[in-house]
Amino acid sequence: MKKRILLSGNEAIAEGALQAGCCFYAGYPITPQNELTAYMAKRMPEVGGVFIQAESELSAINMVFGASSTGARAMTSSSSPGISLKQEGISYIAGAELPAVIVNIMRGGPGLGNIAPSQSDYFQATKGGGHGDYHCIVLAPSTVQEAFDFMGVAFDLADRYRNPVIILGDGMLGQMLESCSIAAYGLSNSSKKRRKDIKKWALTGCKQRSPNVIKSFYLKEGDLERFNLKLQKKYKTIQETETRYEGLYLEDARLILVSYGTMARVAKAVVSELRKKNKKVGLVRPITLWPFPRRILQDLTATHKRISFLVVEMSYGQMLEDVRLALEGKAKVDFLGRAGGGIPTEKEIIRFIKNL
Amino acid sequence: MPRIVIEQDKCKGCLLCASFCPKGLIKKADKLNKLGLNPVEFDAKGCLGCMQCAVICPDCCIRIYK
Amino acid sequence: MKLLFKRPRSLREIPTHYCPGCGHGIVQRLVAEVVDELDIRERVIGVAPVGCAVIAYDYWDFDCSEAAHGRALAVATGIKRMRPENIVFTYQGDGDLAAIGTAETIHAANRGENLTVIFINNAVYGMTGGQMAPTTLLNQKTTTTPYGRRADREGYPLKISELIAQLPAVRYVERVALYSPQAVFIAKKTIKQAFQNQIENRGFSLVEVLSPCPTYWGMSPKEAMDWIRDVMIKEFPLGRIR
Repeated sequence: MKKRILLSGNEAIAEGALQAGCCFYAGYPITPQNELTAYMAKRMPEVGGVFIQAESELSAINMVFGASSTGARAMTSSSSPGISLKQEGISYIAGAELPAVIVNIMRGGPGLGNIAPSQSDYFQATKGGGHGDYHCIVLAPSTVQEAFDFMGVAFDLADRYRNPVIILGDGMLGQMLESCSIAAYGLSNSSKKRRKDIKKWALTGCKQRSPNVIKSFYLKEGDLERFNLKLQKKYKTIQETETRYEGLYLEDARLILVSYGTMARVAKAVVSELRKKNKKVGLVRPITLWPFPRRILQDLTATHKRISFLVVEMSYGQMLEDVRLALEGKAKVDFLGRAGGGIPTEKEIIRFIKNL
Repeated sequence: MPRIVIEQDKCKGCLLCASFCPKGLIKKADKLNKLGLNPVEFDAKGCLGCMQCAVICPDCCIRIYK
Repeated sequence: MKLLFKRPRSLREIPTHYCPGCGHGIVQRLVAEVVDELDIRERVIGVAPVGCAVIAYDYWDFDCSEAAHGRALAVATGIKRMRPENIVFTYQGDGDLAAIGTAETIHAANRGENLTVIFINNAVYGMTGGQMAPTTLLNQKTTTTPYGRRADREGYPLKISELIAQLPAVRYVERVALYSPQAVFIAKKTIKQAFQNQIENRGFSLVEVLSPCPTYWGMSPKEAMDWIRDVMIKEFPLGRIR
């Protein structure tokens, strides 16, 4: 049965996580994601899970490390400056191959920045963020419904690959209210049931098996290199099988807008406006930012000789670099971006396109 | 008669056992062990079985029989 | 012949990487003995720190996790809250617990997490080569206090056990020392009590162990133990703090 309710993006993420069997949440207050933490504080006891307001983001991510090491579906959330603090823990989670979900409701930066929506943490999310040669899987919802739906996807990916997954939203998505169907995962997957799904590697006490160790430390010569190669193999599999995007008018478009998250909503409006005027524009909206949907961009340049691209971001050109890398100089790429609280408007983008 | 057995290849020769043996029955050996260190050796006569050597040993290389 | 003293079941048959005379070997054996005696090997989960004891999980024969430097009590909180039926402990040095992890230590204690903490205080950073620790004594020379620790520059040795003993949610805090076989025996009894407390759901228990680091104190192993007895316990008095 589908139930539709009005939720903010932050609340939808929290409810989506609970529906996906998340039974551990630790967080620390920071705007604009506080509704998520408050929602968890209220709902977690109802599903028999654990909620902790930690003393810092560092502590919160390490509590997630601990909870995840017992096999539980565990998550934390924060916003840009807090996510910077969590990078240490995320690197350890990647190194220990633990599943975990980390939500970043981005705000303006650098430094303390402001609390306006932004997409300036793209590099941090997709290029590692912490120390070492690792990747997080990054999902970028663009609607409140997706914010809800992607949580189940995120936990499944985290478990399947034993890898941290980042949900990259922004203050606009976190705060906006939209109608949302919350039956996607179904209440039958209750947290308590999930808690009993013991993973073979998890720390549960060494009863009738040899001891398990969760670690990211490889001191013996050659061990760390072998481990890194194993990680790289995993990342390759993820790139080959988990890349997701949404495409609009890709069959005949000559100008492709590339945008994600909140920004893609504006880009979509631009595309439908220009289509009314018979302009051949289309959209590629990456849903996974890592792995980045390179193939579709490459295929588009291969099939249409005179195609060009316009990257629109709430940053000064971060995803732009991945688009350029994917296209390898074979197509023209333009860029329009604002950051620090500014969001390129429909009018601004259309004017920009006219002047191209 | 109590007796101690020293696993000499695990001994790092810190001599804490020798320092605390009330009868002075543990001494540094002349030979080197697998670790390239001088382990301790034990003179079997007169051991009280007080276990002080084993309790203080940081490398858990002493067993005591009685 | 009866075997009076042997390696505990929970301690693997491999030589440790510790320097000769290091206290870590003693305390890790005591933990293993206590785990055996309380018959909790199949439900204990240890959290190893960053520092000299970083690979303690290679020596203990039961489930263990690593933790980033200072974060052991956050990791342990996550484990214990998800699995209250397990017995969860952290094993941390002075730099880990009382410098970089001060916030995690104080807040886990203040929440009254039902955990056991084994805190090794040897007044120096061992793994990184002998730098000043928060617990380094005044006038003690380290590589970063080559002329001795000065109160007007580096402050005083931090008494974290006394600090957390002030917190209402803390159940048990005791300081012991490794300077003689008798003192080791007391240390074991205290560690056992700290585990027993958790089994009985009594809340946060911490045992601080004054432990020798002959290498970075520049002493022989026996001199290091004597220094604990004659000098260190004057700054860090032994006994029950809470």
